[in-house]
Amino acid sequence: MVNETVRQNMYFTLFRIATFFSVLILLFVMLYVLKEGIGVINIKFLTSMWSHRDITQGGILPAIVGTLFLGIGVAIISIPIGISTAIYLNEYAKDTFFTRMIKLAIRNLAGVPSVVYGLFGLAVFVMFLNLGTSLIAASLTLGCMTLPWIITTSEEALKSVPLSFREGSYALGSTKWQTIKKNVLPHSMSGMLTGSILGVSRAMGETAPIIMVGATFFMAYLPTSVFDKFMALPYHLFILATQHSSPYSREYALGTALVLIVMVFLLNLGVFIIRYRLRRKKDW
Amino acid sequence: MMTYLQKFNHRNLKERLIKLFFSGTSITALVILISIFAFLFITGIQTFSEISIIDFIFGANWNPTAYAEPAWGILALVVGTLMITIGSLVIAIPLGIASAIYLAEIANPKVREILKPIIEMIASIPSVVLGLIGILFLSPLIAKIFGLSNGLNALTASIVVGIMVLPTIISISEDVLTSLPNEFREASLALGSTKWQTIRMTLLPAAMPGIMAAVMLGLGRAVGETMAVLMVAGNARAMPFSFFDPVRPMTANIAIEIKEVVKGSLHYNALFAIGLVLFIMTFIVNFLSDLIIERQARKYKW
Repeated sequence: MVNETVRQNMYFTLFRIATFFSVLILLFVMLYVLKEGIGVINIKFLTSMWSHRDITQGGILPAIVGTLFLGIGVAIISIPIGISTAIYLNEYAKDTFFTRMIKLAIRNLAGVPSVVYGLFGLAVFVMFLNLGTSLIAASLTLGCMTLPWIITTSEEALKSVPLSFREGSYALGSTKWQTIKKNVLPHSMSGMLTGSILGVSRAMGETAPIIMVGATFFMAYLPTSVFDKFMALPYHLFILATQHSSPYSREYALGTALVLIVMVFLLNLGVFIIRYRLRRKKDW
Repeated sequence: MMTYLQKFNHRNLKERLIKLFFSGTSITALVILISIFAFLFITGIQTFSEISIIDFIFGANWNPTAYAEPAWGILALVVGTLMITIGSLVIAIPLGIASAIYLAEIANPKVREILKPIIEMIASIPSVVLGLIGILFLSPLIAKIFGLSNGLNALTASIVVGIMVLPTIISISEDVLTSLPNEFREASLALGSTKWQTIRMTLLPAAMPGIMAAVMLGLGRAVGETMAVLMVAGNARAMPFSFFDPVRPMTANIAIEIKEVVKGSLHYNALFAIGLVLFIMTFIVNFLSDLIIERQARKYKW
């Protein structure tokens, strides 16, 4: 018995170490990028146009703006479709062949490699629909990629609304849509939106698809229409890290990475706090 | 009476239109999946009017831009993908399952509530940032440890991709473990087992299919990972023989070459054919893991 206890303690310590190691990885990534990247961050770096000749003279404003525009584009395309698909699957759909096919498609879409979405976007949006390499083509491509994540998290939010909320509404003579509108959506909308924001924030960090469908390393102006090309933070730092000859490219790549991580993590943190508050407010 | 019926019908029609709208939007996902396959297939298949499919899959030499004799074999790229996938799983499986056991069975609930979202946040680090750290920090370290001239190789890429699949494996394995009925634990403990014996002999066997599924989802992500491997795997097209050789996985090859090819050329079509191979590989992996998860979910109702 003593032996068993010793063995148990040994294993449990190992598991604890493994877990803290995983957490350490995240902390290390954040601290490394923060420590190495903070040096180049200043007002000029954040607010001026990119200078191609001498990278120390310019800033990454167009890349920040491009990534934000891309995020907005992806949100506009994928959130409405994602949420209404989730409403259909969770509130209306019966277990038919059709529904099962849609569910299968959603789960498989979530596993398609991002580079394959890039090829798809290139073939369909850039070439077939003739949108060219542009903000709109990139938003559509990443929108397709984000859709399955948004559907899945929205479905979870809808599932967390107790059945009694719906039954109470039906008992009072409401129709299905009235029930959904008045009794289901008010209690699940925040969950659906926060989940969707997480999905969009992941799309904003994607690089491989936008290489093919619209991102460019250097643009002398900010995009003015959805048919313009755009600069994006992840692509910008990729080029700086791998293909740029300036002696300062390392520092500037890390600075760009810091801005990107801060953007993504702020969105994540905001979502985390909102959810935590909501969970405490729920009393069912 | 008449007006009441009319109103009722009107309401009914509105309800049906709304339902139609929602079901209409839900087809989008299916349409996207089918058109991904269709466009990859239609473009990729044209490759094989000029290159035999055997040469494409089993040729070890990929050199489409060679002036004299272009070579179109993807075997070295496939081997690169498989090496990094296996390498990353060797790192992520033990670490992931150990963390999942700790979170689900050992940690007190308050600690779990904090640690789980933190670990899931790893998934939100953009892969290009991990690739950057791979280049700047990890590859010099690997080169120093093993006395290599260059640390950009399959080993470094495996470590970076291992980190990327870790949250997937931890999160799903933990869900599977916590979903096991409490009777399992109580019955085992009542028989005088220690906590570790309970985990090892009762909980892990019961959760095994679900953990397998988690590993396969991780495998799917490792196969499809692009930016990190593009940055740290070394990009050599030669057939690799050890983990210290630089490799170029299929995803990285597509990302590198797609910008330079002429649209509609043989090279362009061949890159779509590689995309098709990737799509089919990940589709099979996801389909299988899905099947397992669904069976497990029905058994323990989570």
